[in-house]
Formats: sequence, C-alpha cells, structure tokens
Amino acid sequence: MSAARKLLIFGGLALAAFGMLYGLHYALFIEHQTLDRMGGSLATAFVDAAERNLPAARLAIDQYTQTKYDYVRQVDAHSHWIGLAMLMIVFGAVLERLAFTERTRFVIAVALALGSFSFPGAVLLQSFTHGNPLSSALAVAGSALVIGAMAAAVVGFTRQRS
Amino acid sequence: MSARRLLIFGGIALIAGGMLFGDIFAVFVLHQNGGRTGEALLAATRAVAAQDSSGVKEAFARIGGLLEDHGTKLDAHAHMIGAGYLALLLSLLQPYVAFSFRSRKILAQLFVAGGLLLPLGIFLIHYIGLAYSPFPVIGWASVLADSAGVLLIAVLVGEACGLWRYFRGARADGAEPVLPPDNGWESRMLLAGGTVLILLGFLYGAWYAGLDLYEHEAREKTILSAMLKAAGSGGYAAQAVADYGGLQAEKAVDIAAHSHVIEFGLLAILLSFIQPFVFLGSYWKRFWVKLLLAGSIILPVFVLLEIRLGLIAGGIADIGGFMVLIALMGMLAGVLRYSGALDAQEGNAR
Repeated sequence: MSAARKLLIFGGLALAAFGMLYGLHYALFIEHQTLDRMGGSLATAFVDAAERNLPAARLAIDQYTQTKYDYVRQVDAHSHWIGLAMLMIVFGAVLERLAFTERTRFVIAVALALGSFSFPGAVLLQSFTHGNPLSSALAVAGSALVIGAMAAAVVGFTRQRS
Repeated sequence: MSARRLLIFGGIALIAGGMLFGDIFAVFVLHQNGGRTGEALLAATRAVAAQDSSGVKEAFARIGGLLEDHGTKLDAHAHMIGAGYLALLLSLLQPYVAFSFRSRKILAQLFVAGGLLLPLGIFLIHYIGLAYSPFPVIGWASVLADSAGVLLIAVLVGEACGLWRYFRGARADGAEPVLPPDNGWESRMLLAGGTVLILLGFLYGAWYAGLDLYEHEAREKTILSAMLKAAGSGGYAAQAVADYGGLQAEKAVDIAAHSHVIEFGLLAILLSFIQPFVFLGSYWKRFWVKLLLAGSIILPVFVLLEIRLGLIAGGIADIGGFMVLIALMGMLAGVLRYSGALDAQEGNAR
C-alpha cells in the first residue's frame, strides 16, 4: 500500500473518530446549554420589548446572534470533519485509479488531508475569534485545498481508460 | 454471512431507511412545521404589541418545541444516512482488518446496531423529553443516542486496530477476499459522476460561505430588530415575520442543496465499489446507475429552485430523492441476488 493511500485511510479513520468524539463531547456538554441560551436570549428580547424596554431587547438580540454564530460553526465543524473523513477514506480506496504518477497522487492526498483537518478546525476557530480575519483565511485556504484535490481527482478519473 | 456482506446490507438498508425517512419528513412535516413556527412567531409579536409578557413566553415555548421537533427529525435523517455511509466504507476495508472472522462479524453487528440506535435515540428526544431523567437537561433518548454514538466510535477504533495489525504484518484466518478490480462502465460512471457531484457541492458550499452566510446572519439580526421595533411600539409586525420566514427558507434550501449533492456524490462513489456484488444484467445495472445520478442532480437543483418556483419545485425535488431511493433499492436487490461466490471461494460462507 502506497504512502498516499495509508495517509488517506488512516488519516480518514482518525479524523472520523475525532469528529465523532467532538460531536459526543458537544452533545453532552455544550449543545443543550447553547440551545437554551439561544432560545432564552431570543425570548428575553421579546419579553423586554413587551415591557417596552427596547435597549435591553436590542442587547438580548445581540446575544442571540452571537450565540447562533457560534452554534452554526460548532455544528458545521462536527459535520464537515466526519464528511471529509469519509471522503478521505473513499479516495484512499480509489487513489490507484487516478491516472497520475505516484508523486502527483501523493500531493493530492496531502492536499485533501490537510484541507480536511484544517477547514473544519478553522470554522470552529471562528467561534472563538469573532471577526478575526486569520481564522477566515485559514478556512478559505483549507476549503481551497479540498476543492483543488477534488478537481484534480475529477481530471484523474476522466483520464483513466476502461 | 461475512462481516463485509453484513456491512453492505446494513449500510444500504440504513441509507435507504434514512432517505425514506427524509422523504416522509420533507412531504409531511417540514413545510407544516415551518408554517406553525411562523404562526407562533406572529403570536409572539402580537403579545409584544399587547405588552403581554406571559403570552410571549407561551409563544416561545411553542416555538422551542417546534424547532426541537424539526431539528431532531433532520438529525435522525442525517445520522442514519451517515452511519450507512460509514458501514459501506468499513465493508471496503474488511480484507485489511486482521481479526478473526467472528471478531470482524461482531464488530460489524455492533456497528449496524449503533447506526440504527443513534438515529432512533435522536428521533425520540422530542417525544420523551426529560421524563424520568435524573439529569437537568439530558433525557433518556439523548442517553440512548449518545451511548449509540460511543458504540460507533468504539467499533471505529476497533476496526482501526485491525487495520494497524494488518499493516504490522498480522494476517487473520479466513480473511475477506480483496474485491476483484472492477473497471466496468457502471463503476467508472459512478466514480466519475460521484466525484463531479462532490466537486459541485464543494464549489456551491464555498460560494454560499463567501457570499450568503454572513449576509444571512446580518439580515437575521436586522429583521429581528425591525420586528421588535414594530411590535414594541404597538404596531403590526407581520411583514417582518414574513421576511424572517423567507430568510429561514433561503438558508434551508442553500444548506440542503449543498449537503445533498455532496452526500449523493459520496453515495455514488461508494456504490461504485460494490458493483461486483450487484448480481444483475448489464441493462439493469446501467439503468440503476443512470437513475441514481439523475436523481442526485434533480434533488439539489430543484431544492434550490424552491424559493422561485414554490411547491412545484419541492415536489420535483422529492421525486429526485425518490429516484435515488429506488435506484438504491434496485442495487440492493442485485446485492441480495449475489451468489456469495467470493466468500464461498475463500471458504468464508456461513
């Protein structure tokens, strides 16, 4: 088995297990509390508005949008890690069918692995560093690596002969 | 039955079950749930206008229940299909798992059981709630779902250990035979079509994250502020509530199109591996491949068009999902007809 194949299969299994562990940790210790906080702040905003306290309502809306910003990214990180892990394992299984040299296949495998680890990680990082361009840049770079690897795979599969 | 065949049957059954559940959810629950959530939000704005704080709290309790109902059904659908994908993936790795026939089979049985219990637990969260639960926020259904999640992780770790043993030189008695190389039309079409679908999904996801995600988040805040301003001054906030509903629909179709096209692409690639197990004539094998790829494009495209064309597009999208489901069942029928020759040749048939 080639180094590229090992990287994708073992890296994919490790990433899937990590994504699941993160999901389990999130479901047990964070998700319910986050949902409660999100629903609570939105309800508080409406109650404050009913009591004609619009400044307090606006503050509660701010809190709601911030919590939702974090929630969306936390859930996205979980689902993207596992999804990309599956993709790594699948491409590990079919890598030999890409009509490229071994070296090119290795470069594609490294790009896919790096992007699969870093893209969801950068998305999660955004929830800790609101508005920081570094985490957004990392997410863009990670997704570009994955997209580049996929585009190369399309070319590789199209070039193969029956 | 060998671990590989168990994982193939279990995986396809989980994916088909998850898709059928998704279709039922889309037709009978999704839009109705959205409508009731909109009504509850409108009731909340009316309560704000009437300075009725307890009315607001009642409306939000209703919204919370509706969102939980929606979210848990969506999660049950996604997790059942995800577990099915992982089962198919593990089936591919079986020749390289250096454990005994019995250990591999136990791991496969545990994985399929976990893949079934996880979505079941998630589905029951809304109905069981916190009844008889000793925990403040986690109910028994969540405990079931989380335990099934732990089971899946444990099986994955076990399979990884088996792989590690294989690469350290260990070989198991009665190892699964390596699948014969299949470079037929069906396999190549599924592989190339699936990769193109995934690439399209990634490009659309990047487009969504770059252009729509932040705009949607900003618009949500603006709409909610406008809603509270109108209702807080005793006015009517129906327009803001309608805008809010429209925004949620926009977000939902964007995310659904992105995730479905990628999932179908992954499914197509996975199905390309099991074509040697699909014991059907060339005509039917090609027919199921074409139907699956056609449905895989129709569903996400018409989900996206739902905002412009309304329920007609929604109906066509559901038909697309149904086409994928039928193609999957057709291939499953082919797998069921499979003679088991590969296993029998190696003396693994039980």
